[in-house]
Formats: sequence, structure tokens, C-alpha cells
Amino acid sequence: MIGSSLQDPFDPHSSLTHSACGAPGGAEAAFAPTSHEELMDRAVEGAVVRAVFGGNDLARRRFLQIVGAGAAAQIFRAVFPFDGAKALAQEKVKGIEKRDLSVAFIPITCATPIIMAEPMGFYAKHGLNVKVRRAAGWAMVRDWAINKEVDAAHMLSPMPLSITLGAGSQKVPYFMPAVENINGQAITLHKQHKGVKTAQDMKGFRFCVPFRYSMHNYLLRYFLAERGIHPDKDVQIRVVPPPEMVANLKAGNVDGYLAPDPFNQRAVYENAGFIYMLSKDIWPGHPCCAFAISQEFATTYPKTFLALFKSIVDATHFASKPENRKAIAKAIAPRNYLNQPVIVLEQVLTGRFADGLGNIKYVPDRIDFDPFPWHSMAVWILTQMKRWKHVDSDFDYKQVAEQVYLAAECDKLSKELGYAAHGQTYSSHTIMGKVFDPAAPEAYVNSFAIRNV
Amino acid sequence: MAEPTPGIQSPGGRHALVISLFLFGIFLLAWHLATLRPAFNPKGLSDEQLTTMEFNGDIIRTEEGSYIYDPKKARGLPGPWAVARKSVEEFGEAFQKKGTNDHGIAYLIRYTVLRFAAGFLSASLVAACLGVLIGLSATLYRALNPFIQVLKPISPLAWMPLLLYSVQDPTMTAILVVFMASLWPTVANTAFGVSALRRDYLQVARLLQLTWSRRLVKVVLPAAAPAIVAGLRISFGSALVAVVPAEMLLGELGVGYLTWIEWNNLDIAGVIFAILVVGGVGVLMDLGFTRLARFVTYAE
Repeated sequence: MIGSSLQDPFDPHSSLTHSACGAPGGAEAAFAPTSHEELMDRAVEGAVVRAVFGGNDLARRRFLQIVGAGAAAQIFRAVFPFDGAKALAQEKVKGIEKRDLSVAFIPITCATPIIMAEPMGFYAKHGLNVKVRRAAGWAMVRDWAINKEVDAAHMLSPMPLSITLGAGSQKVPYFMPAVENINGQAITLHKQHKGVKTAQDMKGFRFCVPFRYSMHNYLLRYFLAERGIHPDKDVQIRVVPPPEMVANLKAGNVDGYLAPDPFNQRAVYENAGFIYMLSKDIWPGHPCCAFAISQEFATTYPKTFLALFKSIVDATHFASKPENRKAIAKAIAPRNYLNQPVIVLEQVLTGRFADGLGNIKYVPDRIDFDPFPWHSMAVWILTQMKRWKHVDSDFDYKQVAEQVYLAAECDKLSKELGYAAHGQTYSSHTIMGKVFDPAAPEAYVNSFAIRNV
Repeated sequence: MAEPTPGIQSPGGRHALVISLFLFGIFLLAWHLATLRPAFNPKGLSDEQLTTMEFNGDIIRTEEGSYIYDPKKARGLPGPWAVARKSVEEFGEAFQKKGTNDHGIAYLIRYTVLRFAAGFLSASLVAACLGVLIGLSATLYRALNPFIQVLKPISPLAWMPLLLYSVQDPTMTAILVVFMASLWPTVANTAFGVSALRRDYLQVARLLQLTWSRRLVKVVLPAAAPAIVAGLRISFGSALVAVVPAEMLLGELGVGYLTWIEWNNLDIAGVIFAILVVGGVGVLMDLGFTRLARFVTYAE
């Protein structure tokens, strides 16, 4: 599937405007670029042609129809040094110290960019030979990462912070260069709880979350506490590795979970549960999973790290385009990666899904991908770790956030790859109507009525 | 040495075989009937409900326009046909590697057998030496016995987190779990076998003025061999039990891990297939072990 912005720019019948639906007609397949290099070349050509016509697609089409596509292409190629521009965008990092790498992942759609970068060639494009290695749970990922079984890992965005602080693990300085996905989680309840309307009805429930230091844990706790339910007294929250959640729900072992997809959709597919609430309705645009690497690796192999970082940012931006999602679903479904039915992954990634209550919903931003690791998000996570007493030591919120989350570096790479930059690394966030000000974290922790400190 | 076992050649064996096959046939038939599902009946469902079901992959539309259950989606326990199909599919690509996390079944069996062999053989060697030492000296036996009694009942898997933390290598940890599982039975049995040695044998050895090493090789070990083999037998069984969950917990590729990922994916036909493979591998290894054991056992 080719996005409309990647249509042949010299074809008067194609559209270069960004739109959700591609140009109709089967002819495009014949001219579709097949390799990554061609895709990139096409993108560069398209960008130049668009710029020349000032984004006026009608003017471009009229010009091409008068002059003829072949002649137009010749004119453009003579006037504009395409090769130079193409080379710049394709430029690989030089002097990579270590090409053969392994990266750990958990089989969930949050890890989409990390996983798909192998079969869809993003690592190869940036000069790396990466093998992704599937782990069965987050504790395993943590151990592999700390024991250097893998060179980098897919982690939950609170994990690099907790590992750096030495909470629930050995103390190892970690970097989180990029976020993988935003949104994309949900509260799923067992089908016998179809009558549940509010959080008050969930008293006494047994929930699971994928890991103690996870956005899932913090979002579920936040949601329950905002609705007057104490997450440590009124309900039970246990840690269960994501792949085991559906089986546990099906067996009636738990009442529900706030979990990563595809396991919410898989519960619907198995007729075991229903999607009660998408996580984007708790905090729109919240970060979830992340790409993480040890400080030691990043400083020992700076060029390798840069190439890896670039591949991830590149793949993450690619994944954020809705028109690429179906192809991605197919690429990550096999047993080597997610081991899930394609139909389940498609529902997650395209946002057109059955909710288990008999409705078919369309929520295009059910899951999205944005690599930018806001420092303010790190500060929010740290406030929640404090709030629930998941960390004992005192620390400087800002200093930890800025040490672990490489926001400025990520912004720079995004810009180099031709994507919009953010400029600032702190922002206020609104979560269930309550505004979080990253400048006053301690006051924020104390503002909650339900807390463990 | 070995007494003739009743084989298929003897008339009794043939009858037993017929009964076995008959029982197996009954089992397959019962399984097939128990997992039989009625065909999909769209009666009483609105178009909207049918669309939702189709969207969710429960049913698919046939070319004639009617609905049937999606054969790719499992409902309830799979029947023998589903498992057979799965097995054919798995063995068909037994020697394929489709990436880091998806190796063919032949590779998985190899990983498990090698992991098992490494743990079991090293444990047997250590256990036999330790057992002989303890068995030869009554003082040592009494001194070490309390420790062995405490360590013996600890589940080998309980060691896993500690091993993983200290060794920092999942491959080694899996081998060490097998090692821990197969250590104690052999130690205890060897020690018992050596200490229960007939005094006459040792006295004869002393009369013949055999050196210490010759006494060990010619008298002690052969005499204790049946007990050692019995210990190895028990060790073998518990090691086989330990290797599967060790793979599951550590995420190491192997037949145990296959069971786990098929369960995580709720592919129950795959789980049954994996269980059958685990059983098959166990039987084959046990057969090999029995062959080996025949060399060292004798009737008095």
C-alpha cells in the first residue's frame, strides 16, 4: 500500500495531496516503488515537485497534461539536482562500530516500530543487521537488558526511569531515546461484567497490569483513584505478563485488565471480554512503550546507537501514517513476531474494531505512534511512582527526566528525517480533566486525596 | 544378563498390542465426538449481529452467500483432526528457520535435548563422585547428610531466580536448573550403594593388596553400579520434568517454550501438539537411557 504522497509526481492523474484514501484505479500498482530506496527517491521527487507548484496540485496536473509527463520529468531532473537531495535523505551513519545487534521486544502492538523495522527493512536501511528477540514478560526484558543479553530493548516508558533509580531492579543508568506509541491501551473487562457502568461498580475486582512500573499500572490507578476507588485497598492489582492476560481472563481468573493491545482486541475476538474504555479517554496522547538502551552501550558505540536511534525514529514516523497500517499489521502478525491473527491486529491498528458489546467503532487514533519523549511525561511518571510509593529515594524530578529521556536528540533526528520538530520539551498535560504542571511536581503529588504517601 | 522382555513376538504381546490399539481407537473416537460442534445457524440473528460476528472473525461468508464458522478460529477444545493438521503443518516445516523467534520443530527438539544432556550429564558426573566419596566414609556421610536432606526437596525451579541473578545468562541458567534437578537422587543413591557394599568384597580387595584406585574401579564402582543406575533413573525423570518449565520461564527456544507460546496465543491445537512432542521426546530419551543402563546392570 502506497500513501498518496508517494504517488508518482510526474503522473498527471495521481494526487499528491495527503488524504486518508489513496487514488483510485489499479494502475498505481504497476508504478509503485518496490524497495525502500525507490520509496525514498519517490518521496524526495514528490516533495520537490510539490514545492515548485506551491502545493497547488491542480496547477501541477494541468502543467503535466500540457507538457507531457516524460518531458516534465526531464525538465525537473535537469533543473533540480535530485540526486544530491536523494543522497542527503538516504545518508547512512558512517563508521558503525557494531552492525549485528539484537533488540528485545514483548509481542504487543506498542512495539510495532521496533518489530516492523526488521521485516520492513528500516534497520537495514540505516546500515544495521538487527534481530528482534521476543521475551515473555517485562521482568525478562529487564533482566536481558541488564545482563547485556540484548543490545537494546522495547520497554515500558516508566522502566528506564525505574531502572536508573534502581527501583525494583539493579541500579543501571538508562536512556530512553524515543517513545514508540501513544494511546493504544484499554481497560478490558470480563464479559460477565457487561453491566458495569462506573468505576464504583468495580469494587472488589481483580485487575492485572503488565508490570509494576508501567503506564498501565499508573493509568489504571489514576483512573480508579479519580473515581474514588483506592487501587491498593478497594481492588486487587496484580502483575501478569501481557501474553498471558487473555488466557487468564478467559479462565475467569481475573475480572479485567488495563493492558496493551492486541490483548484487548484479542479478548473480544475470543468472546472472553469487552473493551470498557480506551486509554486515550483517560489521557489523550499518553506515552506507553519506548525504545530503551543502556547509557553504557550508547557511549561505547555512539555511531551504532545513532543508526539504531535513526531507524527507530524513521520507523515510528512511518507507523504513524494511517495508510501504512494494514501493511504493518500483515508484517508483524507471523509467529516470529506477534503470533496473532491478522484480523485482530488490523482492528487495533486501523481503529475500526468490534468492542465486544455488539458495536463496531471507528476511533482512528486508538493507537498512534510518536517518538518524541516529552520531559514533562517523565516528570508525570515520576510523580506517580512517588504517589504510590513505588520508589523510596528522593530525587530531582527534572534532573532524572532530562538524564533519561533524550528529547532534544530525538527532535533533532526527526527534523533531519524531514518531520516536524517540537522545539520545547516540557508541556502541561490534562489527564481526566485535571491539569498537570511539570514545574510543580511535588505539589501535584500532594494534591491527590488518594495516595500512599 | 537382561531377562527377555515380552515382545510383540510372543502371543501375549500380540494380544496386548491389539488391546492397546483398540483403546487408542476408542480414545480418538471419543475425543472426536466430544469436540464435535454443530454447524453455524444464523437463525434469530439480525443482519447487524451477523456483520459484527463476521467483522470479529467468528463467521465467514461462503461463495454461495451463506455463513459458516471461520475454520481458522478455534472454538472450544480442538478435535483430533485439528491436532493432526497442526502436526502435519509443523513437521512440514520442521527444518525451517523463519527468523530469530520462529525455528522449526526439529531445531526446538535439538535445543531441548542438548540443554537436557548438558545439565544431566554434568550433574551425573558430579553426583557420582560426590556419592562415592560420601559412601566410602561413614563420618562424611553423617556430616553431609543433613545438608543433602535439606537441599534435596527444594524444587529445582525454585533455584531459578537466584541462578539467573548470579549467573546472568538464561542459557546457562536453564542448564543449571536441569543440573539441580538431577543432582540429589544420584548423590543419595550412589552414597547408599557404596556404603551398603558387602564387606567381603573390600576384604578380598585388601587381601589382594589392590591399590586405592584399582579398588575403586574394580570393586567399588561395579558393586555400586545398580544403585547408581537406579539413582540416575530417578534423576533422569526429574530432569525431564524440570527442563520444560525452565524453558517456559526463561523464554529459551525449545519444546517447553513452544507449549508456552502456543498457550499465550490460545492455539490449543498447538498446545496439544507441543505436549505430544514433549512426550515423544521423553519416551525416545528414556529408551536410549534404558539401553545404556543394560550395560551396567547384572543379576547377582
